Amino acid sequence: MTGAWEPVIGLEIHVQLATRTKMFCACELSFGDPPNTHTCPICLAHPGVLPVVNREAVRLAILTGLALGCEIAPRSTFARKNYFYPDLPKAYQISQYDEPICLGGRVRLLRDGGETWVGITRAHLEEDAAKLVHAGVDGRRAGAESSGVDFNRGGTPLLEIVTEPDLRSAADAGAFARQLRQTLRRLGVSDCNMEEGSLRVDANVSVRRAGAEALGTKTELKNMNSFRFLERGIEAEIARQVGLLEEGGRVVQETLHFDPDTGAIHSLRSKEEAHDYRYFPEPDLVPVAPDPAWVDELRASLPELPADRRRRWTAELGLTYEDAEVLSETAALGDYFEAVAALADPKSAANWVRGELRAQLRELGQEPWESRVTPERLAELLALLGDGTISVPLAKEVLAEVIRTGAAPAEVVAERGLGQISDEDELGALVERLLEEHPAQADQLRGGKDRVVGYFVGQAMKATRGRADPARVGRLVRERAGLPT
Amino acid sequence: MSALHELTAEAAVRALHAGEAGAAEMVDAALARAEDDRWGSFLALAAEAARERAREIDAMPQRPPLGGVPIAIKDALSTRDLVTTAGSRILEGFRPLYTATCVARLEEAGAVVIGKTNMDEFAMGSSTENSAYMPTRNPWGDDRVPGGSSGGSATAVAAFQAPWALGSDTGGSIRQPAALCGIVGVKPTYGAVSRYGLIAFASSLDQVGPLARTVRDAALLLSHIVGRDPLDSTSLEWPAPIEVPQATDLRGVRVGIVSELMSDGVEPGVRAAVERAMGLVEELGGEVRPVSLPATEHGVATYYLIAPAECSANLARFDGVRYGPRLDDSDDIVEHYERTRGLGFGPEVKRRIMLGTFSLSSGYYDAYYGRAQRVRTLIRREFERAFEEVDIVASPTSPTVAFRLGERVADPLAMYLSDVCTIPVSLAGIPAVSIPCGLSEGLPVGLQLAGPAFSENRLLAAAHALEGAIGFDPRPPGVL
Repeated sequence: MTGAWEPVIGLEIHVQLATRTKMFCACELSFGDPPNTHTCPICLAHPGVLPVVNREAVRLAILTGLALGCEIAPRSTFARKNYFYPDLPKAYQISQYDEPICLGGRVRLLRDGGETWVGITRAHLEEDAAKLVHAGVDGRRAGAESSGVDFNRGGTPLLEIVTEPDLRSAADAGAFARQLRQTLRRLGVSDCNMEEGSLRVDANVSVRRAGAEALGTKTELKNMNSFRFLERGIEAEIARQVGLLEEGGRVVQETLHFDPDTGAIHSLRSKEEAHDYRYFPEPDLVPVAPDPAWVDELRASLPELPADRRRRWTAELGLTYEDAEVLSETAALGDYFEAVAALADPKSAANWVRGELRAQLRELGQEPWESRVTPERLAELLALLGDGTISVPLAKEVLAEVIRTGAAPAEVVAERGLGQISDEDELGALVERLLEEHPAQADQLRGGKDRVVGYFVGQAMKATRGRADPARVGRLVRERAGLPT
Repeated sequence: MSALHELTAEAAVRALHAGEAGAAEMVDAALARAEDDRWGSFLALAAEAARERAREIDAMPQRPPLGGVPIAIKDALSTRDLVTTAGSRILEGFRPLYTATCVARLEEAGAVVIGKTNMDEFAMGSSTENSAYMPTRNPWGDDRVPGGSSGGSATAVAAFQAPWALGSDTGGSIRQPAALCGIVGVKPTYGAVSRYGLIAFASSLDQVGPLARTVRDAALLLSHIVGRDPLDSTSLEWPAPIEVPQATDLRGVRVGIVSELMSDGVEPGVRAAVERAMGLVEELGGEVRPVSLPATEHGVATYYLIAPAECSANLARFDGVRYGPRLDDSDDIVEHYERTRGLGFGPEVKRRIMLGTFSLSSGYYDAYYGRAQRVRTLIRREFERAFEEVDIVASPTSPTVAFRLGERVADPLAMYLSDVCTIPVSLAGIPAVSIPCGLSEGLPVGLQLAGPAFSENRLLAAAHALEGAIGFDPRPPGVL
């Protein structure tokens, strides 16, 4: 067998849930507030306190599970994961362990060039640790003069989503993470802000000979804080593993950190150094047993997910993958597009919503769905464009007016006398006048120089301030010059 | 009316509502007794706060239900601004930010907290000798232990320093000291009383409950603390109010005496007192028959896997960083943890943390913690089967009367066996009452009556009827 290697990748994604309060107490979630201003005896682990499960976190976990095609466990439990660290005030993290809330899902990953399925192993609820703040040279732990703990983040609800090792390239891993983010945002489960840490992705990476059944030894790449770094990190790790194996070495199971600045990968800890977390069932909590009627209600409330939308738009409306991806980015934009597409040609609706409309509105700091350009108005504009009443440059002008006033495009056209001139006699007279006014070019034209047709069309547009029907003008120019039309 | 400190809580509440005494006098009388520290019952008195609260209650246009009656609280329960140590050096001087739900409910109802009572460190022990601060002496004999871990609460009640007290019971920590001090103690159904604010020892077993000199007082106290608490997910909606019992007979009540707990391991004097009590059950119209609970023999072993495992996690938060005294000033965090915990915990606590850490370790979990949970299920089922045939199971509360201070300190296993009769009930999560049923060698003997989950009212009614027939005099010689 030659040097072909197949990467095998699974992801573990920590999602900070968009609840108002923490996982086990009533402290509000915050980001960027002064340290230790959102704490209470419970999240500071004072003696005698007890956790209480946040119902909203359970709801968001169920919604996510349903969207990922998981089974919602009729009964799931929490466990204690024990270890000493200053960011963990109880010295144990309350986390679901052997009985998670979501099990066994499957997601259709859409990416440019086709679809593939990615299995979801599980999704479980847990609480986040507090944040360590290191004072000193560069804010890193090593060499810090002192370290402080900000407990504001401690106890934030997290959902950890674990995929099967079904991904086969760094690009697919990135596409999956992006699609997941889109889904989670659509559901309102999380704001998925990677910089603020509300979406954190770890990747399990191994490689094997193409066609081989058995999996290679995997490593875990920790905490890549952007999709680009995720892809670059995985690529670097694949290259490192392949390099090792081709030189006759072997991959060691370990936890790794990818440094995006240098592209280097270094080891955080090996399997031998792994903690014994001494998991055991959390005796302070009762099992989570959601009412099946509630789960059904949540299932029924699921919106069409961005990926499903994209799939429908490319299959049924003939959109390109790229158009569909851009338009499905947010639910509001997607809904707006759909409303326009229902009244106009979907492809030109996609073009205009994505392109000109957003471009013009961006300058005003507006979004389409908040603007005066209702889907009906945009559809009217596209109709005028479609039946030749106005040209593309005119349509842009009319659009600008609709953005300003909200007036009906047809009225703008009428009021301003902007309607396209298609009348053969009127255009014929204009062409003849232009041929007379530009004798040199007229001679070239008669001499068979086809390029000069464009020159006269341009002149006609100029003379009519864009209202002349360019196609008709072109034909008339040819006719008058005796060129083939 | 007898001296205020000699009143039962029930009588004190009546006197307060009748205007025969004010809360201020009542609290002063209790404090005067409590300030006598010859038994070592209190770790801290809340004299000023208690007097102030009593005055407030006396000034209320309508006296709250409990009228301003004093109460002593085990130091395992969090009390806002009032030093709470759980008997441990690692919490020396710690003033909590909040009050435990059960204490708050009692204060709301008009009880006045006069102080915090001594206990075995983190409730680990059966003699109160594991307190980091001082031993407590039994009012029935000052060379004797009061039992534990709620030894301070039991002593405060037995020595008439408070009419009643709250304790906590994980494997017998209310019932056994109640037995050794000649008073009544109730370990409610698991989930009956909120654990919010109870400094955890073993979360799946811990329950708060009353200690009092009469069954009626214990019932009255329990009636104010049971019920669902949104801050404790394991607390239960209580099906019916706890009633202060009135029963004087046991007609139709079937009592099963547990054969395994009447064996040779039980002191003859204790056995004799329990047998006499069973005779009284029959005289009161009840029926007595032997029941066998073979799995209870594994109770102690099971308990000493489950409780230490849970405690090893529960006590991991005590690291000297966020609260408690700074016992160490190392720069290195790991060294800080090790030295703080090394200095802050006593030997029994360390022993149990190590036991628990070991039994949860990778590779040992199934053999120890996992198996213990399965035996626990067996024990629970055995009780359930027994309750198909009898209404109540009876046994001694403790196989011995109060032992001598220091007698079992060097022998942890002997100490652990003090709870052989109470532990199975804790593992089953069912309620039990200990009432005094006589003296042996001049020291009180306790009778344990246990019933199915939620059977508190039936259990307390039976205990009340039997208490009347036994006629135990709760006044230790020379104490009043």
